[in-house]
Amino acid sequence: MPIRPEFWGIPHEWNPALWSYSIMFLAAFVLLVRVYLHARWWWQVGRPERRWDQLPRRLGRLIRYAIVQTRVLEQRYPGVMHIAIAWSFFVFFIGTTLAAVNSHLFEVLQLLGNATAREHPETFVFLKGEIYLVFKLFLDLAVVIFLIGAALAGYRRFVQKPTRLTLDNRFVFTFVMLVVIVLGGLIVESLRLAVEKPTWAWWAPAGWLVAQLWLVTGASNETLVTWHLGFWLVHLGTVVLTLVTLPVGTLLHVLTSPLNTFFSKLDRPMGQLAPMAQTREGKPIYASTLRGLTWKQLLDGDACTECGRCQDACPAFAAGKPLSPKQVIVSIREALKRDGAVLARGNGSTPLLVGETIADAVVWSCTTCGACVRECPVLIEHIDTLVDLRRYLVSEGRLDAQLQDALAKLGRYGNSFGKSERLRAQWAQTLQPKLKDARKEPVEYLWFVGDYASYSPSVVDLTRQTAQVFQRAGLDFGILYDAERNAGNDVRRVGEEGLFEVLVEKNVAALSKANFKTIVTTDPHTYNTLKNEYPRMTNEQTTNDKLQRTPVLHYAELLDTLITSGKLKFSKKLNYTVTYHDPCYLGRYNGVYDAPRRVIEATGCKLVEMPRHRDRTFCCGAGGGRIWMEEGSVKERPSEARIREAAALEGVSVFVTACPKDVTMFRDAVKTTGNESRLVVRDLIELVSEAL
Amino acid sequence: MNLVVPIKMVPDLVEELVIDASGARLDPDTVRLKLNELDEHAIEQAILLKEKGASQVVVVAPDIEGIDEVLFTAAAKGADRLIKLTGRWSYDVSNRALARVLANFIKTLRPELILTGVQAHNDLDGAVGPALAEHLGMAYVGYVSGVLITDGSARVRKEFPGGLIAEMRVQLPAVLGIQAAEKPPRYVPISKIRATMKTATIETFPAAELETIGAPVNVRLSPPETRERALMIEGDVNAVAARLVEIFKEHGVL
Amino acid sequence: MNPDIFVVIEHLRGQVSDLSYVMLAAARVLANATGGKVIAVLLGHDVESLARDLAADRVLYIEHAAFADFSSDAYQRTLENVIKEHAPRAVLFGDTTIGGDVAAWLSTRLNLPLVSACRTVYAADSTLKFVSQICGGKMMAEGELPGPTTLVMMVPGGYKPEQGRAAQAPELVRGTAPALDDLRVTVNEYIEPAVGDVDIAKEAILVSVGRGIQNQDNIELAEELAKVLGGVVSGSRPVIDQGWLPPTRLVGKSGKSVKPRLYLALGISGAPEHVEAISNAEMIVAINTDPAAPIFNLAKFGAQVDILDLMPVLTEYVQQARGG
Repeated sequence: MPIRPEFWGIPHEWNPALWSYSIMFLAAFVLLVRVYLHARWWWQVGRPERRWDQLPRRLGRLIRYAIVQTRVLEQRYPGVMHIAIAWSFFVFFIGTTLAAVNSHLFEVLQLLGNATAREHPETFVFLKGEIYLVFKLFLDLAVVIFLIGAALAGYRRFVQKPTRLTLDNRFVFTFVMLVVIVLGGLIVESLRLAVEKPTWAWWAPAGWLVAQLWLVTGASNETLVTWHLGFWLVHLGTVVLTLVTLPVGTLLHVLTSPLNTFFSKLDRPMGQLAPMAQTREGKPIYASTLRGLTWKQLLDGDACTECGRCQDACPAFAAGKPLSPKQVIVSIREALKRDGAVLARGNGSTPLLVGETIADAVVWSCTTCGACVRECPVLIEHIDTLVDLRRYLVSEGRLDAQLQDALAKLGRYGNSFGKSERLRAQWAQTLQPKLKDARKEPVEYLWFVGDYASYSPSVVDLTRQTAQVFQRAGLDFGILYDAERNAGNDVRRVGEEGLFEVLVEKNVAALSKANFKTIVTTDPHTYNTLKNEYPRMTNEQTTNDKLQRTPVLHYAELLDTLITSGKLKFSKKLNYTVTYHDPCYLGRYNGVYDAPRRVIEATGCKLVEMPRHRDRTFCCGAGGGRIWMEEGSVKERPSEARIREAAALEGVSVFVTACPKDVTMFRDAVKTTGNESRLVVRDLIELVSEAL
Repeated sequence: MNLVVPIKMVPDLVEELVIDASGARLDPDTVRLKLNELDEHAIEQAILLKEKGASQVVVVAPDIEGIDEVLFTAAAKGADRLIKLTGRWSYDVSNRALARVLANFIKTLRPELILTGVQAHNDLDGAVGPALAEHLGMAYVGYVSGVLITDGSARVRKEFPGGLIAEMRVQLPAVLGIQAAEKPPRYVPISKIRATMKTATIETFPAAELETIGAPVNVRLSPPETRERALMIEGDVNAVAARLVEIFKEHGVL
Repeated sequence: MNPDIFVVIEHLRGQVSDLSYVMLAAARVLANATGGKVIAVLLGHDVESLARDLAADRVLYIEHAAFADFSSDAYQRTLENVIKEHAPRAVLFGDTTIGGDVAAWLSTRLNLPLVSACRTVYAADSTLKFVSQICGGKMMAEGELPGPTTLVMMVPGGYKPEQGRAAQAPELVRGTAPALDDLRVTVNEYIEPAVGDVDIAKEAILVSVGRGIQNQDNIELAEELAKVLGGVVSGSRPVIDQGWLPPTRLVGKSGKSVKPRLYLALGISGAPEHVEAISNAEMIVAINTDPAAPIFNLAKFGAQVDILDLMPVLTEYVQQARGG
């Protein structure tokens, strides 16, 4: 009967069990010590943060992202490649564990005084018979799968050399070690099979195939056994070497990445930033050094596998700006390695985090579009860290003159255009009947118009159209007129938390005096902050409750409801072939993808999707306060790249969007790319208006 | 080295300027006040001098609506003392009267150098700086865009037309009318200003009696003449461009 | 009561400023009403020849080595004496880096009323009146110039310099300066403006940009437009302060006064400090999205479109018109 042998071919007098287990435990110990020596910087340098809650959910995250690796699988080639390598090693690990249990469970039980173990130890030996064969088969298949994965990886890293991947010594070392380990294991097994030539040999197909090689050489059994011993020692050695060097090579992510998924944020949605850190006395803590970041943000650095998917998705990087999300995270890791000791001790100076380790321009290039966060297979939270760095830069006054100007205007006039707040509702003056003043009378829908929709000369027409559509639908709505201020979404993302608080205060003061059931807005940025941040910002309990209970709708959602309920009826079908651009803050941040699409369909248009759509949408480049900053040198504006993407779709003549900043950016881009005769940019409301 | 920066508030030109019923001044109910832009440069220049070694920066202002936030912002930038002069002020008091009141107080501070904006857009009887200098018996140089303090005197860069600059030596104590600080006024985040509001204090002193002699007589305000208004070209960018080309041709430049 | 009108002449490096001639024209208006003479007060060192084309009835020339450069101290002391001695009906100063250092000081010193930012003067009934432009050009202030002596600071724009130039040299009278040793304000040295590639004061076509240009990258659009028009790019103070154009391209009070055939003002609001430097332009065309921008009160033609949209389109149209 087939049964798993104990240390086959290893001289008994060497006491292999004692030695190999001792060596392995020692190696594991060394590994743990080395990991600890580095990992301790996370909490010795980083600020505290509560991430130990909701353990079951966290476990679920770990299983989904670190074991099943759903995000990794989103790209076919690297997905298959990595699953092959990772899962085969899961199998190896399980296999080794089962083998150890198989060998020693009864011994342990004997020591514990278990009667059955003493009298019938064989009951605890399960790797025999058919179970053993299946065991062998799985392990062998895992070897094959690993080798396929390794081949894919080697080809990708050494031949294809995509720009987002780093090819360096650490990778080569790890890659070689892993291949040597698996090949070693395969050779060891094959040598044993070559000597034993069991009847069930085909249950270990890979091993048996390789065994043929040895048989062909005609070597004697003694020779094969000697080779077996040699390779077994090499195998043990390479495993030990890999374990003790784990923190140095690229394998560290095997420990840090699952940890990172386990500790990923659960307490707040993507659209809500964490408030400023404060000392117990209420003084702000800035991220001037790594000490200003939380332990989780430092773990982010060590969890990064340098896959570069974030970089590939980043619109700033694509535009040729100095920002690469991957580089930012790797810089944090490098800085922690280099400066961790000094920072933990609290004395001595280190290079500046922002300014030397990471350049100012890198931090300012981000549009906060969230593509990096969406792509990351190990759930790194790039944007939270970039905003923390910005908060520091703002506290130091290190911002470009144009941004300074915009913030000064926002602070004084509540809008970035520098126009008087009294002119905020000027766009509505020509409308008949006059729009209800939500400050004075109760309304069902409070329409929070937003800066760009109110003040930008190229957008106010759309705002008027929106008002007219609302009126046609018989909506009971009103606006806050002069009491409205910029909602502050991008002010917060620029790092001016104090100004954000002031804007929130002013807006909440106006909102709390008004009487309404639902808030609706045309601007996704406004939508994001009103929905996700305002309800948790206010200190007043009553206002807090009220805001938490008030639904916030983007006008696409509202239109969708109005259409399906029949309150808006279209008189004609538009036969345009259109493509729809998902605004970052509407789609990726808040999951609103289908409502606008239903509205487009309802108007009778035919929708053709761009390759990057829904949560893969490609940012127009205006977010994160970028629209207020100096553009600097740029290779290709994100908005222009996007227009080209749309222009490449056959038959599409209309580019539809649902955000006033998108409209502005894309209309410009159509001109600058010379696509005026090819594409026209339309806001969702224009389609609805036309179809009515 | 004691630096004093007198500042004043002026009407914000972003808002519509409404003339009141008397026709002699702007309607105080609709006018919104902001810090005189060149006074902001003066504050910045003073802070820069402090960073280079001056000991104290004192900001002095008439107690007008909105002045508190302006003073706290100055403190957040680095000003050491904030002083409000209380009295029966209106923002559009004549500069002559303002200068006299300021001088009365400032002489108690014994400053070595006074920096103030060289002008404000609502000045109608000259600027505050030169008048202040005369009251205090100090030298005055205006249109200054660079200040260096060396052994008891100030080296200042005075701007002349055509981009010409004269480097002047000014004996201290002196009053300088600032045209531009050496660096653009720095940004202070709101959180810092709010934090300063909790830690800094504004000292108040009573202002001397305001005199009305010297103010411009029988002033009547009116919006600028519209009969000379430009002929506006209507239409979109293409229409405008086409018409402009015609105009250029007619004028003989094309 | 002395009915004469005094004008403090401003000169720098051997040239009398255009504003001085403007002031002489204004002084003439006042003198006609009071029946007095226009007296030009010229403080200088070896600069008698500058008096040759001043349209004054008399030039009061005060010579002193200290007047080789402009020192506020020297001018203050001297003019104090002059005004005390003569007590003219009015004294006109430039609202400039020269006049501004002196007029308000004298007003306080001698307890005389002062009006600044004055564009024009006139007589109504038996009173002398002024018209000043304040609040960034958005407000006009009119009032009286009370006797016996009023000081007036003037800005350009109300009169043409030619109105203040004479064909014949006026009578020259010499005055004496007070003791001018131990001045508290002296000149160490001059820092010349960077010698630029162009002298905008000599250009016939200027494409001038203001805050509306928004950032440095857009300057290129203006350069292209200027190129096809055969002109040069200039700018207002905010653009130079930001470093987007060198100081040699500054049009304004602290920069250069220009007199081109065509002045294209793009995204410029028209603040007085800028406008006074373009008052001699033959034709001003202004583009600004703000319909209330004061520049439209000076421009001959205007449009309310976005300059960033207009520039490339206009460049194309001009190119086509040139047959390109």
